[in-house]
Amino acid sequence: MGPRLPMLLKDAALTAFVAAALGLFIVGFRTVDVGSTKGLAFDYQFVDLAVAVVAIFVGRLGLSFAADGQRWPALVLGTVLGVIGASPVRLPSSFLHWFVGLAGLLIIARTLWPSAEQAIDQAKRFPQGRRFGVAGVRWLAWILLAAAVILPVTPLGDQKTMDLGVLILTYVMLGWGLNIVVGLAGLLDLGYVAFYAVGAYSYALLSTQWGLGFWAVLPLAGAFAATFGLVLGFPVLRLRGDYLAIVTLGFGEIIRLVLINWVDLTNGPAGIGSIPGPTLFGAVFAEKAPPGGVTFAQMMGVPFSGTQRLVFLYYIILGLALITNLFALRLRRLPVGRAWEALREDETACRALGINPTNTKLTAFAIGAMFAGFAGSFFAAKQRFVSPESFVFIESAIILSIVVLGGMGSQIGVVLAAVLLIGLPEWFRDLGTYRMLAFGLAMVLIMVFRPRGLIAHREPSVRLHARAGGGGG
Amino acid sequence: MAYFSQQLINAITLGAVYGLIAIGYTMVYGIIGMINFAHGEIFMIGAFISLIGFIICGLLGIGSAPVAILLVLLVAMAFTAVYGWAIERVAYRPLRGSFRLAPLISAIGMSVTLQNYVQLTQGARPKPGGQIVSGGYNLFSADGFDVRVTWLQIIIVVVTIVLMASFTWVIARTQLGRQQRACEQDMKMAALLGVNVDRTISLTFVVGAALAAVAGMLFLMYYGVIDFFIGFLAGIKAFTAAVLGGIGSMPGAMLGGLLIGLIEVFWAGYFSSEYKDVAVFGILVLVLIFRPSGLLGKPEIEKV
Repeated sequence: MGPRLPMLLKDAALTAFVAAALGLFIVGFRTVDVGSTKGLAFDYQFVDLAVAVVAIFVGRLGLSFAADGQRWPALVLGTVLGVIGASPVRLPSSFLHWFVGLAGLLIIARTLWPSAEQAIDQAKRFPQGRRFGVAGVRWLAWILLAAAVILPVTPLGDQKTMDLGVLILTYVMLGWGLNIVVGLAGLLDLGYVAFYAVGAYSYALLSTQWGLGFWAVLPLAGAFAATFGLVLGFPVLRLRGDYLAIVTLGFGEIIRLVLINWVDLTNGPAGIGSIPGPTLFGAVFAEKAPPGGVTFAQMMGVPFSGTQRLVFLYYIILGLALITNLFALRLRRLPVGRAWEALREDETACRALGINPTNTKLTAFAIGAMFAGFAGSFFAAKQRFVSPESFVFIESAIILSIVVLGGMGSQIGVVLAAVLLIGLPEWFRDLGTYRMLAFGLAMVLIMVFRPRGLIAHREPSVRLHARAGGGGG
Repeated sequence: MAYFSQQLINAITLGAVYGLIAIGYTMVYGIIGMINFAHGEIFMIGAFISLIGFIICGLLGIGSAPVAILLVLLVAMAFTAVYGWAIERVAYRPLRGSFRLAPLISAIGMSVTLQNYVQLTQGARPKPGGQIVSGGYNLFSADGFDVRVTWLQIIIVVVTIVLMASFTWVIARTQLGRQQRACEQDMKMAALLGVNVDRTISLTFVVGAALAAVAGMLFLMYYGVIDFFIGFLAGIKAFTAAVLGGIGSMPGAMLGGLLIGLIEVFWAGYFSSEYKDVAVFGILVLVLIFRPSGLLGKPEIEKV
């Protein structure tokens, strides 16, 4: 193991010591209520803390070995942690199983990473390899699309899968919308959920107050959200990147607080209920038709079933998401899209070349907002209920982490990230509790280890001189 | 008049707490030019460590309030400072020299992580802190209304003034302060002249976290109840305070904190308490649009 072992051990011990100091109060003493009388009592968690500290010691040692190029000790430590995490050996809590197991996986991934990267680099050196990489991504996109289209008619398309599919596709659409703002134009928008809220409340109010249908409101909701984007964006888009982020966060919170407090219009925290769902050529998806209406089941002459509505919703959101994607892909090749990418890389140079930064950013902001508006009105139609609770900051953070994890600017990356971040925790209920913790950690780890995202992609969409197999999508 | 005076006293107390948090934002921004989005969460962790510290004091049978407060203050400052150090080490230091938005995204991730970490370990329910200091002093009566300043409010203002004074001294007179100001002006040059830049930045986070811990303890004592989510709103308000005063400027952070306290309390007192947060967010937006350098800050010159 070499002469560096004492140093690595010392380093790992130091890390474990810091971890123990961090956890001593927050983890070690769990405060619990004692009945209705005042005061709190402790539920001591020192065993959990000790297990976590030992895991951190071993984990840090493994990572150091990996960084040092000593692969075998690192792999052994990683495997040991992984096996303990996955085994039925009883650790004090299920969280610790995940924690220990994932630490093991991290070490193994970190150890094998250099050779994997080397292989990819080697493959990229040949034009065939590069072309294969580009084609591979394109094939993956078509396969995913085909799978998404036929999913409802396969035996897999039961109620649970359809629900999950609708949820994932909603986030895919939001991710693609935000990708225009963050990935292409390089504007960090932390209040994206505000436009989603505008779309949702547009449909909720217009349908319940004026009786307008989903398809009539959909373009209106997009237009409202885009207008909001223009009005909010105009004064603030001159700001530097991080200031812009905070101001958009402030706007997001202002809109949420207005939704809570403007009770006359929005019904406040109680929300708006009994919103009608979308119709297909006037046919409703319900067991009984409203007076003068017709149900989908009657129209098609098939027996009524609850999944019909879900499948219909699924195809609507699939269509909306694909429109978003197509729009973004086309926009990239237009002058405005090229200006976005140029602006992202160097604003000063763009100004010198005669691009108006404010107008260019404003178009990105408004178009991104428009898609959030579409998604919002779909959300209202799906849930049949909206309340300010659905539009908190954490939603913006989730959408942002999908874009970041996918690699800012990559369209297929957003899909994979949405499946990973939304799908996995819904599938493994056990994981659901730790979902937000995982989101936060994923954002930090991605920034530290792969700041360009899982699928690294920040090539310009259009090149002056085409390279072999160049271009991107 | 009486109502006004009472509101003024409440506003100064609140402003003191915001000012203490705002210093953390302004110092970090001054030295590495990033918004430490997780700073509000550090404040929240400071409040939780204080809560646990007070309960331990109760179990150990430390009856005297001043001793308990001093002990908890020191413990909370020390242990929260470790969080400040660790966050910088794990989430920000590897990103120096990465693209501009990377540290901010990492900071948002850290903020989400810390919030959920405390929610998982301590539970989501609000935690009552109990009353540690009670009683107060009636200043004067007018219009059938007693203007009252509580001992707690006096403690909060005195602690804040003492900390701010000693902190100003540290920045102006000590080795650390000089190194910090050197790094602020030109990090590369400071490094060439033998300043340990990494250490200086780490210490900046440590000091900021310690001050946030004090703010957390004062917040716990003042409101008597905390939960894992308090860091978000308090963090944004303190950030607004830092921006209003001129981000990067220490006196600006204190002034900004005071002004935000005044705006919030008077808005709630004279207009509507529902929209008091909207007022603060509105101030943030307006300041950033019309005077991004704040009241006491220097305008930023863009260099290519």
